[in-house]
Amino acid sequence: MAIQKPDVLFKGISHRPPQKDWMDVPAQIKPGRYCYAGDPEALEYVGLPNPRKWNPLDDDWKLPENWQEIVIGGLKERLEKFRSFKIFMDVCVRCGACADKCHFFIGSGDPKNMPVLRAELLRSIYRGEITKAGKILGRFAGGRKLTEEVLKEIWYYYYQCTECRRCSVFCPYGIDQAEITIIGRELLNLLGLNIDWIAKPVANCYRTGNHLGIQPHAFKDMIDFFCDDIEEICGIRPEPTFNKVGADILFVTPSGDVFADPGTYTCMGYLMLFHYLKEEYGLDVTWSTYASEGGNFGFFTSHEMMKRLNAKMYMEAKRLGVKWILGGECGHMWRVIHQYMDTMNGPADFLDVPVSPITGTRFDSAATTKMVHIVEFTADLIKNGKLKFDKSRNAAIKATFHDSCNTSRGMGFFEEPRYVLKSVLDNIYEMPEGTTKEQTFCCGGGSGLNAGENDEIRMMGGLPRANAVKYVHDKHGVNMLSCICAIDRATLTQSVNYWVPGVEVCGLHELVGNALILPGEQERETDLRGETLPGKEEEE
Amino acid sequence: MKAIYSLFLVFALVLVAMFGAGALGMEYLFGVLIPYLAVLVFVVGFVLRVVGWGKSAVPFRITTTCGQGRSLPWIKQDKLENPSTTGGVLGRMFFEVFLFRSLFRNTKVELHDGPRVAYSSSKWLWLFAILFHYTFLVIFLRHMRFFTEPVPFPFEMMDRLDSMLQIGAPALYLSSVIILVALGYLLLRRLFVPSVRYISQPADYFPLYLIISVVISGIMMRYFVKTDIMAVKELTMGLVTFRPVVPEGIGTVFYVHLFLVSSLLIYFPMSKLMHMGGVFLSPTRNMTANSREVRHVNPWNYPVKVHTYEAYEDEFREKMVEAGLPVVKPLDETSEPAENKE
Repeated sequence: MAIQKPDVLFKGISHRPPQKDWMDVPAQIKPGRYCYAGDPEALEYVGLPNPRKWNPLDDDWKLPENWQEIVIGGLKERLEKFRSFKIFMDVCVRCGACADKCHFFIGSGDPKNMPVLRAELLRSIYRGEITKAGKILGRFAGGRKLTEEVLKEIWYYYYQCTECRRCSVFCPYGIDQAEITIIGRELLNLLGLNIDWIAKPVANCYRTGNHLGIQPHAFKDMIDFFCDDIEEICGIRPEPTFNKVGADILFVTPSGDVFADPGTYTCMGYLMLFHYLKEEYGLDVTWSTYASEGGNFGFFTSHEMMKRLNAKMYMEAKRLGVKWILGGECGHMWRVIHQYMDTMNGPADFLDVPVSPITGTRFDSAATTKMVHIVEFTADLIKNGKLKFDKSRNAAIKATFHDSCNTSRGMGFFEEPRYVLKSVLDNIYEMPEGTTKEQTFCCGGGSGLNAGENDEIRMMGGLPRANAVKYVHDKHGVNMLSCICAIDRATLTQSVNYWVPGVEVCGLHELVGNALILPGEQERETDLRGETLPGKEEEE
Repeated sequence: MKAIYSLFLVFALVLVAMFGAGALGMEYLFGVLIPYLAVLVFVVGFVLRVVGWGKSAVPFRITTTCGQGRSLPWIKQDKLENPSTTGGVLGRMFFEVFLFRSLFRNTKVELHDGPRVAYSSSKWLWLFAILFHYTFLVIFLRHMRFFTEPVPFPFEMMDRLDSMLQIGAPALYLSSVIILVALGYLLLRRLFVPSVRYISQPADYFPLYLIISVVISGIMMRYFVKTDIMAVKELTMGLVTFRPVVPEGIGTVFYVHLFLVSSLLIYFPMSKLMHMGGVFLSPTRNMTANSREVRHVNPWNYPVKVHTYEAYEDEFREKMVEAGLPVVKPLDETSEPAENKE
């Protein structure tokens, strides 16, 4: 659907809530702010409950008869399984510190996008249906009954949260709306209330290994295609291996990098780096067609689904007999690896504690997961002088760096990417304070929201990020937003184009690929995007 | 409306005490039985709530990382905002609990034409929240002189410091003034900031009014309505030594004060005031962020259904062979397709 022009959309934002109490304002499901319902086939494939055709705009959502029992039972079960959830249901004092921290509230003005209120949608059910005080005092204690209307409201707003955790940074008790959203979505999934942009990728990841459903031969074709491009640009053809038993390292990246621009250029950067390391140092990196997705769409569904999809990486590493695993530039993938992977699917005792065979650096901080982030891997190579760069190939680029929510607030991964960026580029400008590092803003598309039908809410959610980019664009002429997340690369391309035309989006390894001097390469005329390099214009 | 309901409720509590202890003369009930009950409810309720939280599992390490994590040796870790050791967590929790670190970060957002979104630091909530909590603590400790005999030096000292400006007689306590200003700010903010009013519930106004009326009744007692302080001490000492006595002539305002405090104690464990206990248990703050480094166990981890490589190869073998991808079983050997395993 067509979205309004940016200035019209901006003028329409009001942070003044309505006069009526929020419990008396039922959710109106607006086109442009929700994603289509999950396709029943996808749900069936992975055995999710209640697969059926339904439409969020219809009155009848075709719920199972005992749906209230299912939700309340699920709620009780999760209160025991997650202390975080129980505490977060109990201790919020509604101080409002989180209210204006959410990119969706800033960009939409919808008060139910204030993290405190989004959480309250579920808390009110917890009080009204579970706690004694709430059952007795009802609305006076902030409790209400679980009705169909309430359920629809929870569905609508819990699929308008990108689980970016920005609210949790500012909360005096560390209440994390992402945690509440994750569990809220688990409850919705018990009734088959999914969205298709998550359900299909989940089924695809399960079946083919990646969210786009690329089958093994096509996956290889895509990468061969990048090798053709690299050969054209550099005169050198990388020879990646696939599913190779006995390789040194298994490489897993979000499949967005293999399929969607501009992630594809980042993918070319990986290929060039691995080629370089093979030629210079004999490092044998292999790709897997089976574990060909880093981004974990299960994370947007339930803890169980996250575990089921994540399991492939370890199973494949074991089968191939590699020493350890290297992971590409991705947000959720790394949140899952950092916070969940070893606990769910470990111990990975069949792998070694990662040691860079080139620099000898032991990655102690990854001692148990045995997974190293490609940016820390590359940073270590650069620090040890193992890579040769020609920075001038990136001279036309004035870059800023977007900290991805998940690597920031789920890992604390700030300096590694900046170090790599500084090593391949001279013109770097930071976005204003309060919008970077742990206070970074979401792209607006995380957590499974990156569909076409919910453009409006994504542009609204993308406003804070894009507006900070606009600041450095206007002030310093920044023309490139670099980042380390595949959903960022897909979503920001659109929202930055909407709010700040003239700025492009790239992954870090695209810039590494541009600058990296491959042994025996021809003189390059273009960068990885086929744009003429600075100083080469006249030769044409 | 919510604000008014809550206000009425607190008025009702005041009236109950005035009639009960004053007009009806049920001093033993209001001076002994209800306070005992309140303390019992508070202690048992508080413990049950904390134990209840403690019983819930902590399956994953979901630390919110607010600074550079432990990484390569030449990258400086922010050990307080992203702790990887217990010492770091203790430091982080100290700043959180005693200095309200996260609230200190608070910012305010403004939209300007341009379009421009601007953020500015906003520390008022932090300031008044911390003033309220610390003066509350001081007042609580200052009251210990009613429950101890002889009064230990620190409590005496605290009393003297609190009244050091020596305004009026009896000397004005600084804490009384500060807590009223802080509570006033917190209340006015709820009443007049539209977004905060929108999220506020009776359960937010009620404890505010309750604490304000506790403070006001206390101030009334000290400065305006005569209360026999020696008799009060006799009663409080009787309570703590479990030899309850109800001396004559204490004055109704004292029973109002005591009843409001008792109400607060009873209300505490079932309300948001439990954030006092919860702040220590929040998993995003009180855990190390080292789960890539150290193995962590989920007490309810269970096996899940996965899609095995064998099943995958069975489905795509032909295409894989055609594309030159290695396979485990050659094409002609295909027999039974592999099952997905639990």
